[in-house]
Amino acid sequence: MPTVSMTVNGKKVSGTVEPRTLLVQFLRETLGLTGTHVGCDTSQCGACVVDIDGDSVKSCTILAVQCEGANVTTIEGLANGSELHPMQEAFREHHGLQCGFCTPGMIMSAVDLVKKNPNPTEQEIRHWLEGNLCRCTGYHNIVKAIEAGAKAMGARK
Amino acid sequence: MSETGIGARVTRKEDFRFVTGRGTYTDDINRPNQLWMWLLRSPHAHARLKKIDTTAAAKMPGVHAIFTHDDLARDNVGGLPCGWLIHSKDGSPMVEPPHPVLAAGVVRHVGDPIAAVIAETRAQAREAAEAIEVDYEVLPAVVDTREAIKDGAPQIWPEAKNNTCFDWHLGDKDAVDKAFAKAAHVTKLDLVNNRLVPNAMEPRAAIGEYDVATGEHTLWTTSQNPHVIRLLMGAFVLHIPEHKLRVVAPDVGGGFGSKIYHYAEEALVTWAAAKVKRPVKWTADRSESFMSDAQGRDHHTHAELALDKDGKFLGLRVSTLANLGAYLSTFSTSIPTYLYGTLLAGTYTTPAIYVETRAVFTNTVPVDAYRGAGRPEASYLLERIVDLAADELGIDPAELRRRNFIPKDAYPYQTPVALQYDSGDYFTTLDMALKAADYANFEARRKEAASRGKYRGIGMATYIEACGIAPSAVAGALGARAGLYEMAEVRVHPTGSVTLFTGCHSHGQGHETTFAQLVADRLGIPIDQVEVVHGDTGKIPFGMGTYGSRSLPVGGSAIVKALDKVVAKGKKIAAHLLEAAEADIEFKDGKFQVAGTDRAKTFGEIALTAYVPHKYPIEELEPGLDETAFYDPKNFTYPAGAHVVEVEIDPDTGVVELKGVWAADDFGRIINPMIVEGQVHGGLAQGIGQALLEHCVYDDSGQLLTGSFNDYAMPRADDLPSFHLGTNATLCTHNPLGVKGCGEAGAIGSPGAVMNAIVDALSPLGVKHIDMPASPRRIWETIQAHRPRMAAE
Ligand code: FES
Ligand code: FES
Repeated sequence: MPTVSMTVNGKKVSGTVEPRTLLVQFLRETLGLTGTHVGCDTSQCGACVVDIDGDSVKSCTILAVQCEGANVTTIEGLANGSELHPMQEAFREHHGLQCGFCTPGMIMSAVDLVKKNPNPTEQEIRHWLEGNLCRCTGYHNIVKAIEAGAKAMGARK
Repeated sequence: MSETGIGARVTRKEDFRFVTGRGTYTDDINRPNQLWMWLLRSPHAHARLKKIDTTAAAKMPGVHAIFTHDDLARDNVGGLPCGWLIHSKDGSPMVEPPHPVLAAGVVRHVGDPIAAVIAETRAQAREAAEAIEVDYEVLPAVVDTREAIKDGAPQIWPEAKNNTCFDWHLGDKDAVDKAFAKAAHVTKLDLVNNRLVPNAMEPRAAIGEYDVATGEHTLWTTSQNPHVIRLLMGAFVLHIPEHKLRVVAPDVGGGFGSKIYHYAEEALVTWAAAKVKRPVKWTADRSESFMSDAQGRDHHTHAELALDKDGKFLGLRVSTLANLGAYLSTFSTSIPTYLYGTLLAGTYTTPAIYVETRAVFTNTVPVDAYRGAGRPEASYLLERIVDLAADELGIDPAELRRRNFIPKDAYPYQTPVALQYDSGDYFTTLDMALKAADYANFEARRKEAASRGKYRGIGMATYIEACGIAPSAVAGALGARAGLYEMAEVRVHPTGSVTLFTGCHSHGQGHETTFAQLVADRLGIPIDQVEVVHGDTGKIPFGMGTYGSRSLPVGGSAIVKALDKVVAKGKKIAAHLLEAAEADIEFKDGKFQVAGTDRAKTFGEIALTAYVPHKYPIEELEPGLDETAFYDPKNFTYPAGAHVVEVEIDPDTGVVELKGVWAADDFGRIINPMIVEGQVHGGLAQGIGQALLEHCVYDDSGQLLTGSFNDYAMPRADDLPSFHLGTNATLCTHNPLGVKGCGEAGAIGSPGAVMNAIVDALSPLGVKHIDMPASPRRIWETIQAHRPRMAAE
């Protein structure tokens, strides 16, 4: 079985995996980082979104071995200790989550959006979230949270 | 109002763990030494299992055991029970076929589990399951209720003639016939309530564990009601007494009804764990969720409304075919009956109503409650037929509704279909929604859209729902095989902080915050001194769980009752400490005070005294401050409201664009408006999803055509607009908080409003009705069919 090494949330990690192991399985099962969720088996729901080398990626669409040497950030690595990332704070402040299952993927996806488009409009946010399903919130407060999170991220720079 | 008290927009206590990825969902839990289960599921909708050969599969790497029905039968494992007995018109009980945990010789829907493989890894279990050889004798299948009731249709259960489970009715048929005989106008409508897949984002999962030393079983499961699962699984399926069975429902990623029921997989992992003496885990793939989570709706209905010459409703006649799927899911039978027929008065004074529901078995996944459960079906049909009547009579649909609303001073109001509404004001919520939507000036917007070649329409719907099913005695008389009360335990600790144990379960509703607000407000202590515990039969004495918007009306009332007991005991302790008469002690803002004096003890001091009873009325009073209450409501609660939707349709593509969605709701008193708004948003999205996008489709052979998110259209962020909400409260008169519940409202009112708007938009073409979902194709075809023929054609 191949060994794979990468940096996850700032720490060097490695593990022996079956070649077919998906990144999301490596994160959840090998590393015990269960904040990244699995909501589907057709790469539709976005519950599994993580950041790989600066881009948001559905971690169910990529093999662990493809991430050799990559720099991966998961939802667990977003906050600075007990200080939440502005996007996490915005989701809490604006009730952008209910059951919380889609939330890690939503937040990771939203952070990437704002990195690429610092002042997204409501339509741009809704369009960006096409690959992230939420069954609880009707997206209303997720959109509000991302608008607020974008402002807060801008202010922090 | 304090910053965290009743009525405050308190941000949620539970969110820190969720936004940091530290929630604990069932699939996040791994037990030492655990094995995995994978289920071999039927690829056929109806087949006889002539032979199941597991020889090759059993030799595959990592495989520990393969179980089929025969293994369960040897252990006397029972079938999955149905929790509600319905009687037919003729008094006979419903046909109640067995619901085996693994198929007993016949499979009856695609996804019906046949064998359970237990292996070291999930992948190994799955590969072995694929290596099991089954010799199927494929039988003819039927998926449509209208076909299933015909003579000669494939029979799913020999005991259910014409596949009929029951033929139920409610109401006074003679009175309705008389009303129709004197009617000036009768409006008739046939409509379909489309089948839906609940699709909570977290797929179901379960872990079973058996402790050889103590004989205790533990089940972690994605459930909305762990105590109900313990009761059903322990008593009916596995015969494990409650004291040896713990059921934990940790963080659960959405339910919407689909996680109420007791499922085969829960029993299988619990039973298998004891067999192989190692923990056994199962997590569904989304594809499995599509073919094993109970689905929703699926009605075919014919309705007739009788009106007098002024548009007053005289009578309503409804006949519904309801699809139950292949087996009776836990509460399936109550949905198209007592949660549907009883709601057919809606917000109106219709004096005579008669409804008959024929419930039908088909070769499809079982159907049970999905957000709203029966009430969306009732509201949709009523609001469509009222709009159609308004159109036929040339009366403005808002005006026709107002002419028939139950007057504001008519409460308590007895409907002809069993319910007694305690409070409401349907005029105000409708006016609020119409005003917010600028209904008065709509025609100008229609014209403007027409000038751009678009069809614009506006639609409204009012709704009423019955929440917090109760009282238990009434539910029992109607066939419920469970009580429907709720429990709360308020444990005051020696230093005055509080742990609240609730029998409700939060899978997104935010109970850890709302209930903490309630406790903090009532006891006058800071909200961070309150911890809410739910979802574990090992910690919470009992509970009926969360569904039917019952948590606050029923569970919240139980909390109030327990808090009242705490305060009453606190007064006794305070009276002793303050050397005053108990009757003179007032409790306010966290202080026990002798009335009219400044002599007082804080809540914390009383708590400490209760646990350090040095100066204490020990002769009359036990030490400690820990109170439990059960609350059985006197009546349902009746949230109600109005939704207005404006749409614009592009005739070239058939795409419906939502221009605005307005909701005005009456939920009684609101504890946390932020959380309530979130519930409405989510409900609206699901209702709009039903109206525009979602449809669970089987082909004639019973294959599920919409078995993934590629094929089943879930509402996405760019399918929806932001919503406009308002509330107007009339308080519930029979529970201590005056609360009504808010979880389902959005999904109940919105389908009618969307479809009324679409029909209104296309009314210039003469369109009278369109069935859901109003997909671009369906709209485009409707437009083509109604378009005036060009001169050249
Ligand atoms: S798990 Fe659904 S997209 Fe990755
Ligand atoms: S918060 Fe539950 S799925 Fe988004």
